[in-house]
Amino acid sequence: MRVFLRRTASLLVSAVIASFVVFAFLSVLPGDPAEVVLGTNAGQAELASLRHSFGTDRPLVVQYADWAQGLLHGDFGTSYISHDPIGPRIADRFGVTCWLALGGMLVALLFALPTGVLAAAWHRRPAGAVLSALSQAGIAVPAFLAGILLVYVFAVRAGALPAGGYTPLAEDPATWARQLVLPCLSLGLVQGAVLTRYVRSAVLTVLHQDFLRTARAKGRRRRGALWRHGLPNAAVPVLTVLGLQLSTVLVGAVVVERVFVIPGLGDLLLQSVADRDLLVVQGVVIVLVVAVLVLNVVTDLLYHLVDPRLRSR
Amino acid sequence: MAKSTARSGAALRRTARVTGCALLAGTLAAACGSGGGSGSGSGSGSADSLSIGLIAEPASLDFTTTDGAAVPQATLGSIYEGLVRVDQQGRIQPLLAERYERSDDGRTYTFHLRKGVKFTSGAEFTADDAVFSIDRVKKDWKLKTARQMDVVEKAEKTGDHRVKVTLNHASNGWLYAMTTRIGAMFSRTGVTDLANHPVGTGPFKLAERRRGDRIVLDRNGSYWGGKPELGKVTLKYFKDAGAMNNALLTKGIDVVGTVQAPESLSRFSDKNRFRTIEGSSTGEVVLSMNNSREPFKDKRVRQAVRHAIDHKALVETSRAGHGKLIGTMASPTDPWYEDLTGSYPYDPAKARQLLKDAGAEGRTVKFRVPNMPYAMSAAQVVKSQLDQVGLKAEIEPLEFPARWLSEVYNKADYDLSVIAHTEPRDLWTFADPGYYFRYDNPAYAKLLKDADSGRPEDEAARYREAARLLSDDAAADWLYLMPNLMVADKDVTGLPVNQVGEGLDLAGIRWAKKK
Repeated sequence: MRVFLRRTASLLVSAVIASFVVFAFLSVLPGDPAEVVLGTNAGQAELASLRHSFGTDRPLVVQYADWAQGLLHGDFGTSYISHDPIGPRIADRFGVTCWLALGGMLVALLFALPTGVLAAAWHRRPAGAVLSALSQAGIAVPAFLAGILLVYVFAVRAGALPAGGYTPLAEDPATWARQLVLPCLSLGLVQGAVLTRYVRSAVLTVLHQDFLRTARAKGRRRRGALWRHGLPNAAVPVLTVLGLQLSTVLVGAVVVERVFVIPGLGDLLLQSVADRDLLVVQGVVIVLVVAVLVLNVVTDLLYHLVDPRLRSR
Repeated sequence: MAKSTARSGAALRRTARVTGCALLAGTLAAACGSGGGSGSGSGSGSADSLSIGLIAEPASLDFTTTDGAAVPQATLGSIYEGLVRVDQQGRIQPLLAERYERSDDGRTYTFHLRKGVKFTSGAEFTADDAVFSIDRVKKDWKLKTARQMDVVEKAEKTGDHRVKVTLNHASNGWLYAMTTRIGAMFSRTGVTDLANHPVGTGPFKLAERRRGDRIVLDRNGSYWGGKPELGKVTLKYFKDAGAMNNALLTKGIDVVGTVQAPESLSRFSDKNRFRTIEGSSTGEVVLSMNNSREPFKDKRVRQAVRHAIDHKALVETSRAGHGKLIGTMASPTDPWYEDLTGSYPYDPAKARQLLKDAGAEGRTVKFRVPNMPYAMSAAQVVKSQLDQVGLKAEIEPLEFPARWLSEVYNKADYDLSVIAHTEPRDLWTFADPGYYFRYDNPAYAKLLKDADSGRPEDEAARYREAARLLSDDAAADWLYLMPNLMVADKDVTGLPVNQVGEGLDLAGIRWAKKK
């Protein structure tokens, strides 16, 4: 419980600092939302009146206080460009990105766990070396490239899966699933390759530990010893990486969303930066920051569950 | 834009029946599951609906407060209509006004409104709405384009379906402006949430808008004119041109509404599946020179630039040959258009001489380019061609829209830039010395003023003269005209070949045969 409280407190402090940093960064970004809205139709009078109605003509400190105060009440403000409340829009997009990130992680796990364990168990055999080399190569492929290749092979050539788009789950579950396959694969395979390396090295480390030798000495088979004693111990470092990776996937979804035309959080972020819809950008970044922080806390807490040695501290 | 001729009752009934069958067929196909490729994804796959891929989603549907070509593209002519419209040849035709009369002094226009026109809200369109819409431009619009309405002294209702508009002075340009977004007719009771709930009289109405993804338009069942062929049009927005091409290849969409990279056309070379439409647009790709700054303050330097550029090679290299050479600030659908490419033929020797005369050899200029693919690739060619005659252009890519608008367009902090000027009939941009070209020539401004306030018969001749003056003066260089380039499923017909106005003309599009 104390751990939990301490963690939550540090999360809050980090979030406050992050909100400040985000605001400061965006306020020095060249460009002005009023100029973007009025485009080639901007007169000086029109610009001034629009800045006034946005409130961007006020001192930065006042703008920040206003925004932060709203956040505390769960109010993200109103978009400069579309004039509608930002909170529900972010929630909507966040849901989409979550499916993508979860699907991507699922693919990564399904790929990395067997491959990593086998690569470790067979580390003296050629098959192990091949698996290891494959995962090394996979790390080098950026997710968007994997996406473009997957689209070309499975959508354009084979016509088996849609090339992009997104349909909400509630609307049409079959289409939803079909449309998510390729994006999750392109996100997951690359992450899976990274994860494979960690699983392999964690399992390798465990293989040479005394307790495993003891288990073998007690008469357990190599496979049984690994399964019963080895893997739970290998899980701790893998869990750390997994937590970090989930954050990476959340952010990495940005690029994949572009390639597959998925209206997720990343897509919203890029569009809002281009439009200088600053309140939306601030909102999205804060949500991402908090999501990453929460993931870290959850990972930490999971340690304590998985590793009895940490509980006494 | 909608055809202004009404169909006979029998034809209407037949259309209704055919669409009814098609709808039923569509439902059946859907019930049988998504086995076929065409049923998958966001593609339509039914004879009654169509989806068009476009780039740049409108952030708001309210073009009275938000600028950008994407807003009128999606809404003008489909959801909103004006009293008059512009046809594929660039001529002004009646639309919500059955006919109109212009007084001899050109100061008053009387519009006779079509009867029986209803807004999608159910309210009838009357003279009150027309007066309201015209007055509202001056009062509530936030864009500079609304100043085109300043010439209106008053708009008054002279009958339930008759409106008299009095101008401060005769203006031919005003009537044309009425075909653009500022002429859109709004309902007195339908302007509370223009950003999300547009109410118009057009052949389509907004059915669904999914942010970051699509706008779905449904046929307006109570439309006054000929029924649009399609029951449902989906405008699907892509940020990535490659993703849009893939969507057409995999039947996720039926039409690529704007081809971003002409070199990608080879992917659609299969004539049994696709056809390519190439017409003219109103987008002149202008190589702008800051007329108020050295070295381009000197006419000889500007002339040197025009002689230094091999436009044919530029279009071959940067556009795979797709782009008409124009040499002028006009589009072939403008009544005063003439090809002025001959006035500054490619002549590097002459360019070198002109630079030498002006003492500008070896000078370095700031070439600030918006970071859009067509602009960047044109800029590379321009740079290398200017290099050859001894003018060093340093390319600096600027984020578009935010930075380019702020620094080049609003502050004119640049020497050279390149961008497509997509507004229709935009000769006026050179008449405003504050515009980022910083071209200040009272003689030119007077020509435009005379063309606008003179007799309509003389308008074209005067604009032609003005365009020639602009070209001779080398106020800028016109690299090429952006083509209206589309790729469609070969069974889609009725796509507008030329882009002439601000709206995308959807009413005539249909499937050639039932799918």
